[in-house]
Amino acid sequence: MAETHSLQDMRQQAAIAAKVFIQRDYTNGTICQFQTKFPSELETRIDKQQFEETVRTLNNLYAEAEKLGSQSYIEGCLACLTAYTVFLCMETHYEKVLKKIAKYIQEQNDKIYAPRGLLLTDPIERGLRVAVEFDRQITVQSF
Amino acid sequence: MHLGVSESMRECEYSQISTRSSTPMETPYKKRTPKKRKWESFPGRNKFYCDGRIMMAKQTGVFYLTLVLILVTCGLFFTFDCPFLAQTLTPVIPVIGGVLFMFVLGTLLRTSFSDPGVLPRATPDEAADLERQIDVANGSTGYRPPPRTKEVVINGQTVKLKYCFTCKIFRPPRASHCSLCDNCVERFDHHCPWVGNCVGRRNYRFFYMFILSLSFLTIFIFAFVITHIILRSHQTGFLNALKDSPASVLEVVVCFFSVWSIVGLSGFHTYLISSNQTTNEDIKGSWSSKRGKDNYNPYSYGNIFTNCCAALCGPLPPSLIDRRGFIQSDTPQLAPPTNGITMYGATQSQQSHMVSESETESVTKTSAFRAPNSFYRPPPLLSSSSKAPSPSS
Repeated sequence: MAETHSLQDMRQQAAIAAKVFIQRDYTNGTICQFQTKFPSELETRIDKQQFEETVRTLNNLYAEAEKLGSQSYIEGCLACLTAYTVFLCMETHYEKVLKKIAKYIQEQNDKIYAPRGLLLTDPIERGLRVAVEFDRQITVQSF
Repeated sequence: MHLGVSESMRECEYSQISTRSSTPMETPYKKRTPKKRKWESFPGRNKFYCDGRIMMAKQTGVFYLTLVLILVTCGLFFTFDCPFLAQTLTPVIPVIGGVLFMFVLGTLLRTSFSDPGVLPRATPDEAADLERQIDVANGSTGYRPPPRTKEVVINGQTVKLKYCFTCKIFRPPRASHCSLCDNCVERFDHHCPWVGNCVGRRNYRFFYMFILSLSFLTIFIFAFVITHIILRSHQTGFLNALKDSPASVLEVVVCFFSVWSIVGLSGFHTYLISSNQTTNEDIKGSWSSKRGKDNYNPYSYGNIFTNCCAALCGPLPPSLIDRRGFIQSDTPQLAPPTNGITMYGATQSQQSHMVSESETESVTKTSAFRAPNSFYRPPPLLSSSSKAPSPSS
């Protein structure tokens, strides 16, 4: 009886999209970085190295978006001189990198995560607070 | 067989759950219901105009006063003083005045109408996940709400991240909840009634440009109106000069009273920018050396030049609240209890994971929070500075 009960639970679980939230890492200040700590729920689902590689690449891309370099200064000064009307014609550096990030996430999902039944959402859709991994695969039933 | 079923289900579900708005599965759904934009159901106390393009605070009366003062004073200056000055001195004066005026107006509107850096509130799943993590980490004794702070070490300084009961998130460092707008704002500086909006990460540079250019404009108008009256009184005598251009008197009065506060404010914000602090932090004395010998600002870049460049010419982050996006029926969000069952095992293992690893983040106990449930709104900004630091456990 206990077995049928757990099987029913598992069938319920099968339909659920469980989510794993990867939180922000604030140890470097307010720049956008995500924790590379491997969540235990994904232990059986994906290789730790691959996960850390994905998060590290994302962190590097976000660091590039917020980098204070000559390009961002030139853009800032130009924008100030044109009273910020220049942004009606062109995208900010940050927006360009966000597009790069969206493409990268799409590519990672297609290549690595979707085949394992996972989906990584773009953090911008959650206010750059969390990166969410949807876990949708049917849990393995032990007969 | 098992693999085959799950694979076909995976493919099916991948396109269903995709969060991009252009999925074929979702558009037929949307065509039936009227499209609503996200700003229409925004949880904060903001006002939106132009179909979500413009975002302001709820109370905008003082902003209109600011606008009227600037427009009237400049209007009077260009109408009554400039013709005389252009003839007597040089036509460059109205040109410079015009440029300054346009710059002031542009930066004012940009400050008032843009998103200051509002953090979107947590989705129900995120909030539930956070609550579970906090409960598990604290043993969930149940009677009092679990203490809601996290400690992070940033550049050698320990910073406390507070949990926002309204937005249901742990506020990032330097973020604060504005009680007037009812939003958490990134790098919150202050809520300015004169611009009718919060001043935060995304519009601080416009605010600074506004007060700086307004200082120049005020001093410019003040100086040239005085010059105008002096030149006229050489010709016709002082009292006649005042009679000939009565508007000048009004302008002098307005400029005289504004110049002290605006120039003072510009100076204050110049100091804040050069030390990379927010008004909030300065008022609370978060990084002042009076708090302790080792207390320093972990966000400062070390030199004034870099701090200024970072604040004024750094990259402008995009708005995190998608005001003009369309509301979609979200992915199959199932009832929390069922989700709780699936996650429970996970959080238990997470607890052992958290306990075994000595991370720099730990949830500490504070005695400050009173409400029995999470609908308590945090107190307004200033009074929170009077809360005693928590007794560390």
